[in-house]
Amino acid sequence: MSSGPALVSILRQGPYLVASVHTALDDSEMVRFQHDLVEQIGQHRSRGVIIDVAALDVLDSFGSRTLSNIAAMSRLRGAITVIVGIQPEVAFAMVELGMSAGPVATALDLEEGLDFLDNRVDRGGSTAGLA
Amino acid sequence: MNEDGTQFDTTDQPPAGQEGHQLLPQLVAHLREHRTKLRQEWATRIQEAHLLEAMTPQEMATETTSVYDNYVEVLETGSVEALQSYARDLSERIIPRGVETQEVVGIVLLLRDVLARSLFEKYQRDFPLLNRVLDAYEPAANRIANTVAVSFVDERERVIRQQQDAIRELSTPVLPVRSRLLILPIIGVLDSVRARQLTEQLLAGIRTHRAKVVVIDITGAPDVNETVANHLVRTVDASRLMGASVIITGLSPKIAETLVTIGVDLSKMNTIGDLQGGLEEAERLLGYTVTREDGATES
Repeated sequence: MSSGPALVSILRQGPYLVASVHTALDDSEMVRFQHDLVEQIGQHRSRGVIIDVAALDVLDSFGSRTLSNIAAMSRLRGAITVIVGIQPEVAFAMVELGMSAGPVATALDLEEGLDFLDNRVDRGGSTAGLA
Repeated sequence: MNEDGTQFDTTDQPPAGQEGHQLLPQLVAHLREHRTKLRQEWATRIQEAHLLEAMTPQEMATETTSVYDNYVEVLETGSVEALQSYARDLSERIIPRGVETQEVVGIVLLLRDVLARSLFEKYQRDFPLLNRVLDAYEPAANRIANTVAVSFVDERERVIRQQQDAIRELSTPVLPVRSRLLILPIIGVLDSVRARQLTEQLLAGIRTHRAKVVVIDITGAPDVNETVANHLVRTVDASRLMGASVIITGLSPKIAETLVTIGVDLSKMNTIGDLQGGLEEAERLLGYTVTREDGATES
């Protein structure tokens, strides 16, 4: 497993975690990101996760599968995941190759993702309230 | 043989060398002198061959005269530029009337034959001279036939390209209707190139307009095949990846039948009968309520 500085910044924003992927990740980096994120959900008692992939101009099948795995794992840890910032070319390439983010929620950008989580988490009734 | 590019010049042909220069003016003078008779003969042969039947006899007379004069001029000057632009202009006029390439090539070859016959007749007594005359005449005549045919085909390709561009530009407008709501009306036959272009424009439009809901209206699409249907499904998936939901409206009974018969899975897609219903649903998703003012009259 790779060590050293993380290539993905995971920031706490109120009850949510915001993970920005800054550069293309290889498979082991992707796995490390998954571990870090799932662990931090518990640490911060987060209710929602936003994964921002706006900086990526390519997303391979392993990457998109890992993203949907992260969403499923977060679900089990009590947080809703939304993927934001998928570029038009990336979206097009993904569907061309028969990939999709599965049942994971997606939104246009960070702002939309926050809106989405606000709606979903509020509706859940038990917001963590760490604003 | 003499096959240089822009000017036919017989000086590099040692035997016919000096003579070639003298022969051509002679030849041109002969063709000018018998212009009326030769042109008439040519026109008759065109009629016999049932070529250019889309044209009226008067037009035929005008055009054959112009072509004849241009032809002789090329023989005289050796420059095909004037002929080229004339041929292009002529093609522009006759292409919309359904004139085929073989007809255009056919009439030029007929003219070549008619003129060659008249040369045979004139020089029949002196065979070596006839040979030299033909040496000068044939390459030029062939180049003329070539030029006319190429100009015609070029012009036709230009028209086709222009029409393709026009269709491409017209075909897929992405229209913002309300903030965050886009409409994409699809008019005409969707092929895979258009379908792909449509997806690209839609995805770019979603980003530019920050759209949350897109209504794709296919009332204007006459038919949808399996490839295009699958492409539509992918477009919907791709839009969803960018955070926009898609509503498809205007599926005709025929298209609905086709899609079910060929087994395209549209269960994930949100379809609504007509554009009006689609807009209402989109407004509902976006939280708009549209109310009619009291006292407004039905127009």
